[in-house]
Amino acid sequence: MASEAHSPSEIVQHHLQHLQVSVGDGGFWTLNIDTLFFSWVTGLLFLGLFYSVARKATAGTPGGLQNFIEMVVGFVDQQVKDTFHGPKNFVAPLALTIFVWVLFWNLLDLLPVDWFPTAAAAMGIPYLRIVPSADLNATFGLSLSVLLIIIYYGFKGKGAGGYGREWLTHPFGAHWALWIPNILINLVELISKPVSLGMRLFGNLYAAEIIFILIALLPWWAQWLPGTAWAIFHILVIPLQAFLFMVLTVVYVSLSYESH
Amino acid sequence: MDINLTLVGQGITFFLFILFTMKFVWPPLSAAMEERQAKIAEGLNRAERGQQELAQAQEKAAEIVREARTQASEIIEQANKRGGEIVEEAKQAARVEGERLIAQAHSQIEQERTQVRAELQQQVAALAVTGAAKILEREVDASAHNAMLEELASQL
Repeated sequence: MASEAHSPSEIVQHHLQHLQVSVGDGGFWTLNIDTLFFSWVTGLLFLGLFYSVARKATAGTPGGLQNFIEMVVGFVDQQVKDTFHGPKNFVAPLALTIFVWVLFWNLLDLLPVDWFPTAAAAMGIPYLRIVPSADLNATFGLSLSVLLIIIYYGFKGKGAGGYGREWLTHPFGAHWALWIPNILINLVELISKPVSLGMRLFGNLYAAEIIFILIALLPWWAQWLPGTAWAIFHILVIPLQAFLFMVLTVVYVSLSYESH
Repeated sequence: MDINLTLVGQGITFFLFILFTMKFVWPPLSAAMEERQAKIAEGLNRAERGQQELAQAQEKAAEIVREARTQASEIIEQANKRGGEIVEEAKQAARVEGERLIAQAHSQIEQERTQVRAELQQQVAALAVTGAAKILEREVDASAHNAMLEELASQL
């Protein structure tokens, strides 16, 4: 352990502290540098990997890497096809971006929790959290963007009139006295989507991270058993959460796009 | 744990990444995959068509062989028939020729017998005359007894 002199609660708190810079007055005007940095690194890794394959993609016999990338693309494409029946030229890349990006975020959670903070401390960086999906800002950054896309697709699929009428008349009925309840219900329904998306991903990964930190507090000879068990369990959670985020996004967009 | 400006940064990053994926990643990959799918479908189609053609060709070949066999057996049959006919004709000709030869021989024999008989009659007549002359110790007038001699000769 790098910080034997500290108490366990101090270590945990230290591990949960973001590397932040303030860019203005108040708590909101702060940037979590570590979250931004690692989400950019994983995102560029994703884009670089897929772009390098896409540039040389042939319709002939695919090589090993192209085969793997095509498997992922085909998988995402199938999911989108199954749920969304509008034009796919935006929704499919959206789903692919979410799936792979979130998957990479989550995979960072499998790296031993002490490596990066220790290395960072050696370079003079006081705090470092490398898993973007364990930061509410990252998950809500994604889910609120998805909210914008949902609203956009509501307008796109039904037109301004149709979408507005749905807000007024759905789900209770078209009577004018029901307009207010309808709007309230729709508002709750709409808001619940990004909240559940963001909270689900954040909750899973944050909890997992805390458990990894707690395991890291054990003496070195007792770490491997719970560490291995939790990591193996976590291998299931990582792709599952990425998959859920992607599929629910496509489902929400599809619900918003198609008339009921 | 607080919500802060990072959220906005993440959102912007997210859209940039989506746009990049939409422009540079998804289209070439899905185009390549679709093209390959089309190629495979076409290949399978072709293979199926090839198999059908093969089956047709095999059927045709079998039919041709069958026809050839039928024709060959017909030809053999005809040849056999013709051979039989030729043998039959030859037999017929031989029989006719044989009969002709036999008839010719018969007539020749008949002719020779008649001739021999005539000669014999004459000789017998001569002998008879000689014999009679010896008996009578005198010349028999051949011309005077010619009629009698002739009658005698014909009775022999």
